[in-house]
Amino acid sequence: MTRPGSESEPLRVAIVGAGPTGFYATDHLFRQTEVVVDVDMYDRVPTPYGLVRAGVAPDHQKIKAVTAAFDKVAANPRFRFFGGVELGRHVSVDDLRAHYHMIVYTTGAQTDRRMGIPGEDLQRSHAATEFVAWYNGHPDYRDLSFDLSQERVAVVGVGNVAADVARILSRTPEELAATDIADYALEALSASRIREVYVLGRRGPAQAAFTNPEIRELGELPGADVSAIPAEVELDELTRQALERAPDRGTQKKVDILKEYAQREPTGKPKRLIMRFLVSPVELLDDGRGAVGRMRLVKNRLYATATGTLQPKATGEFDELAVGLVFRSVGYRGVPLPGVPFNDDWGVILNEKGRVLDAQTKQPLVGQYTAGWIKRGPTGVIGTNKPDAAETVSGMLEDLARDIHLRPALPTPDAVERLVRERQPQYLSYQDWLRLDEIETRRGKETGRPRVKFTRVKDMLAALGRA
Amino acid sequence: MNIASLLAKKGPKVVTVQPEQTIRQALALLAEHNIGALVVVDRESRPVGILSERDIVRTAARDEAVFAKTVSALMTKDLILGLPQDELESVGRTMTDRRIRHLPVVDQRRLIGIISIGDVVKAQRDLYRGEVETLQMELTEEHGRPASR
Repeated sequence: MTRPGSESEPLRVAIVGAGPTGFYATDHLFRQTEVVVDVDMYDRVPTPYGLVRAGVAPDHQKIKAVTAAFDKVAANPRFRFFGGVELGRHVSVDDLRAHYHMIVYTTGAQTDRRMGIPGEDLQRSHAATEFVAWYNGHPDYRDLSFDLSQERVAVVGVGNVAADVARILSRTPEELAATDIADYALEALSASRIREVYVLGRRGPAQAAFTNPEIRELGELPGADVSAIPAEVELDELTRQALERAPDRGTQKKVDILKEYAQREPTGKPKRLIMRFLVSPVELLDDGRGAVGRMRLVKNRLYATATGTLQPKATGEFDELAVGLVFRSVGYRGVPLPGVPFNDDWGVILNEKGRVLDAQTKQPLVGQYTAGWIKRGPTGVIGTNKPDAAETVSGMLEDLARDIHLRPALPTPDAVERLVRERQPQYLSYQDWLRLDEIETRRGKETGRPRVKFTRVKDMLAALGRA
Repeated sequence: MNIASLLAKKGPKVVTVQPEQTIRQALALLAEHNIGALVVVDRESRPVGILSERDIVRTAARDEAVFAKTVSALMTKDLILGLPQDELESVGRTMTDRRIRHLPVVDQRRLIGIISIGDVVKAQRDLYRGEVETLQMELTEEHGRPASR
């Protein structure tokens, strides 16, 4: 048997997950010239782009522009997309093994980490990721509801998702109306009665994960006055020493911006955005009707670990916030895929540099790979997944050179199409998506927005004349 | 980015040696796994030292009988241990400042992995590359069509 990778017998690769990493992996596979590769990309939702569509905030359209690069990758005639096809529901790992030489899982981190405190499951306590998926029109989350009649809300965490949520809650209806936020979310947020948004960081201002542009943006909101507590943005001794040892202009700037916020007086804008530092929620308290009424916080101080990382430690001094709505954004975790070994310690697929490992022997499984957040955990920016996918792809090509790959019984594009048609006749191709994209953009033009999203699968199918 | 994100894609195996084993046995392990250092653990899997190829070379240069010595005689006992939540920036700085090439990682004092300075440098390089990639893309877009906010 000849080794796959020729014009007559291309290397057939299935990529599970149509987010940035899936496209980066595809791009790396298409760019190399040694091997002829066919890529079929699957996603459980009908539309591509993963978190660029369903995660990146609607008022950050510039970041969403990365999809232009993905469309270029998808224009390769050796690329196909099967949208709305879910692993474990419509196709199994064994189905893929029967049709492909190699499989790459790029499903990302689909769930959030919990705070692990009493009251976390009260009503009006939510994962920030669910709110994000909701306002971005993700079909699986569009029917959630959030009680925006509350006046005070806490966002737990100081990463980019926390910043997004705080900003979206603080935007005016006019600002939101200029974005591609889901229609129902625009309506709900326009009627919101939220007046105070607290953003809570467990460490100090210098350790906050959000970037300087993100922080600055919070200080320039037309509809919200930003503030901070002077004592909480003052640098502690350990941070000061660390900055002296290793001066870092970015961090210094971040602290300066936050100190300036702490000096600001309210100017009478309709909302207030209050940044808190060195506090951790320890309990959400019931309002007497099964929903969040207040939050109990403990104040922290920093200590240095053996390697010099500054971490929070509870002081025993407590504080309370009267908030009726809580969004937690304290980290993310991957979700196990049916039939794929999982590393529960880190919430990722069990792997070594992208090669999926057997759960028992810890040896690589032939023909199975992973990349992106489901490989290394949720770190970095969108572009970080490009070198990460490159590492995985170089492992795939190394293995191919050593003739290590699956030996599928049905290695043809037609066989795959027959299988998918049988299991999920309503799947969307990339052509279908490009048509939807055009319709969404056209609907947006009519109302002065980047696009008006379809948020129901049946509406997408109807728009394509397939209902 | 923290140590956990490095361990997540390293696979679960850490090659270890016990203090009473011989240098001959330790060398066999270094060669077999093609690595530069072994974490020395006690019976409860708690790290008690680290033995690097350098530790062995240093002794071998002046002592022919090095092979029969015990690991505990040559290992470095002054250990710095990493934690999964430690950030790569401070980890990288500490490893560079103190000239440490390998850092054992523990959870509740139990060994769960080892990272090398190379792992840290590569992860940071990937992070910077990713940021550059993302920034370039945003800038290119800004020139391509009117920014939408």
